Parts: sequence; structure tokens; C-alpha cells
Amino acid sequence: MNTFDWVTQLLYVAAAVCFVLGLHLMNSPATARRGNQVSTAGMALAIATTFALVVHAGTVTTTGWIVMIAGVLVGAGAGLYSARTVQMTAMPQLVSLFNAVGGGAAALIAVHDYVRLTGATAGLPESTTITTILDVLIGAVTFSGSIIAAGKLQGVINAAPVTFRGSRAANIAAAVVAVGGGIYMVATPSVPVMIIIILAALAFGVTMVMPIGGADMPVVISLLNAFTGTAVAMAGFVIGNWALIIAGALVGASGSILTKLMADAMNRSLRNIMIGGFGTGDSTPAVAGPGGDVRSVAADDAAIQLAYAQKVIMLPSWPRCWRSAARRSATPSTRSPAGCPAT
Amino acid sequence: MTAELLTDITIFVLALLVGFEVISKVPATLHTPLMSAANSIHGIVLAGAMLIAVTADNALGYILAFVAAAFAAMNVVGGYVVTGRMLKMFRRTRAPVPAPDTPASVNGQRTGGRA
Repeated sequence: MNTFDWVTQLLYVAAAVCFVLGLHLMNSPATARRGNQVSTAGMALAIATTFALVVHAGTVTTTGWIVMIAGVLVGAGAGLYSARTVQMTAMPQLVSLFNAVGGGAAALIAVHDYVRLTGATAGLPESTTITTILDVLIGAVTFSGSIIAAGKLQGVINAAPVTFRGSRAANIAAAVVAVGGGIYMVATPSVPVMIIIILAALAFGVTMVMPIGGADMPVVISLLNAFTGTAVAMAGFVIGNWALIIAGALVGASGSILTKLMADAMNRSLRNIMIGGFGTGDSTPAVAGPGGDVRSVAADDAAIQLAYAQKVIMLPSWPRCWRSAARRSATPSTRSPAGCPAT
Repeated sequence: MTAELLTDITIFVLALLVGFEVISKVPATLHTPLMSAANSIHGIVLAGAMLIAVTADNALGYILAFVAAAFAAMNVVGGYVVTGRMLKMFRRTRAPVPAPDTPASVNGQRTGGRA
């Protein structure tokens, strides 16, 4: 290992430290903004280090440079524009879209490496093949799944649980083809089989998310986010880059915990969400009457919301209001007392 | 099975454990920003997308490198910007208290007597 390798590896470690600290600071509203800044700094460091690595490699062709820089500029521009202009209420679907392209990118990295290596050498090491297959499968599932989730939240795709005759069978068939093709690929490297398993994984993503109702989408997006993290870690295995492995595993693990927290907060079990679309999904009746939606919060959550609220409306419940009004007045009336909601 | 793979697996497992521990009891208000923050961290895939440009030398390679770089850049840039916008809502806005604006409290010190 020469000095350059040492320095780049240490910079990657510093970036990883920033990611962990950034996520940790996001645990509390008071430090969350600082957390995002720390994480951004880590990302800038990691990208700058990678740029130095690419320059140092010295093998990039002129077309390679143009392609890479044009790609980064196009993507960064699209990301910046959509993130700046999106409505506050439409942010979850945008996050889902960013998650989709992240998963797509992770899958494409493995595809590129696989096509290159099967073309160049006769034999691929089995470990590379396995991580390539995992990366391609997980990346493709989260790509199509996240796009469907974003479409459901945006209203482009029917937000109600969409099922058709044999939709579960289609889902299982897609999974079988994807996994079976993957196992075949371990034994015999083949690019056409890889294309088949990519298509099957895309189909699996669609058939997995379609039967889930729009109300459960935030949990699904969080789950797919954890998937993307894992896919990125697999991409790190494929190209042998620690930064990808660490950041990907970090997101994969913290994303799964967060998914569970979100499901708990919504009083839903993850198992019900994932298989519940087949029948029970969104059938919980609205308990709050016409057009209502009751959300109960724990005391510490209420404290946070009150601390950052601009306006708070206190509404006494009507039985209590009526009772105290009845105590005040000598002659009970059937009309709604002043200040109480009407029955 | 190579030594590098063993190192990679070790790093992967330890990073998973850190990921499980780093999120503890998060208030529900922060769930979406935290999801968005995690989403931008896996934008590190941009590093991978840049590195495949090193070995790209044919048309297919260039196309894959271009799409991967565009996708990853969108993930990382958009992710951080949108997280920042979400967290702006948590900036503590001090309600303007009318009293200290009176000339009696110049330099933050009460110079006058009881107003």
C-alpha cells in the first residue's frame, strides 16, 4: 500500500464517521439540522476522494470523462431542481424517487462490472458473482418498487390496493424466476440470464408494491430505502470499495430499524403491510366521522410538535364541555352551550 | 475465498451493527426526515458510479456509466437538499417578544427603571 492508498482509505473512514455521527444527531429535533450538515460534509469528502482516485487511476478515456461529468451534471441538476421546487406535501414521493434511482445506480454498477468481466476473462470468482447477483436483484426490486410507491403517493397510480386474479401467483413466479436465474448464474456465467433476472426482479418490485394501500406507503418507502442501502453495500463488494460497503450497510440496518419504528408509530405490523394488501390492507374504517383522521401521539411527540408549532388549537371534547356548562347553568338546555362544539 | 472478501465481510457486518445501534428512540415527527437522510447517505453509490467510468471502454460501458452517474448524482444531490428543506421546519422560530424592543433595553441591559 502506497501513501496515496493510505490517504484515500483514511479519508473514506473519516467520511464514514461523518455518516454515523450525522445519523446519530438526527435522533433529536434539536440536533437534526447539524446532523444533516455533518452527513453532507462526509459525502462531499467521500466524493472528492473518489474523484482523486479516478484521476489517479489515469486510465479514464476522454469519452469516459465526458460521459461521467455529463452524467453527474444531468443527475445533479435534476435532483437539485426537483428538490428545490417540490411542495412540502409531495416530499415523501420525491424521496421515493431518489431512492429508486439510487437502487438503479447500484444495480447498473454490478451490471457494468459483470458484462466487462465475463467478456474479458474466462472465469469469474464465485464470490463476485454472488454479490453481483444480490446487487442486481435488490437494486432492480427497489427501482421498480420505489417508482410504484412514488406513483401511488402522487396519485398517478391508483392508491388503493390493486390486486387481480393471480397477482400473488405472479409475484411468487417473479421471485422464483429471479432467484432461480441467480442460482443458475453462479454455476454458469451468462449475460442473457442476467437480463432475465433483472426483468423478473423489476416485475417482483411492481407486484410487491401494487397490492399495498397508499396509507402504508411511507413504511414501504422506508423498507425499500433499507433495500437500496443493502444493494449499495453489495455494489461495494463488487467493485471493492469500503466506502460503499460501510455507508450501504449503515443505511440497510438503520433503515430497517426505522421501518419498524414507523410501522409501530402507525399501529401497523410490517407483516400485515407486506401481505395485508391481499384483502385487509386499507379496510380500517375512519374512526373520526366524516372526512376525519384521528392521530394519537405519545407525550414526548406532542411536546416536540408543540415546541415547533406556530399555531395550536385547543378543542375541549364535547362531553366534558357540556358537563361543565351544565354545572354552571341552573337550567340545562338541549342547545349547544357557548364555546362547545355542536353535537 | 480471498483475504479481501473476508475483510469486506467483516466491515459489512460491523457497519450493520453500528446501523442498528445508531437509531434509537426517534420521535415520530423525525421519521420522514430521518428516512430522507438515510436515503441521501446511500447516495454514496455515486462514488461507485464514478469508479466504473475508469474501466468503461466501449459503447455499452459508456451508456451504463452515464446512466449510473446521472441516477446516483440525482440521489445524492436531491437527497441532501430535500432533507435540508424538511429540517428547516425544525428551526426554532423565536416569537417576536414586543417588550425588549423598547429603548429601555439597549445593549441587552435594562438601563431604565421600571417601565
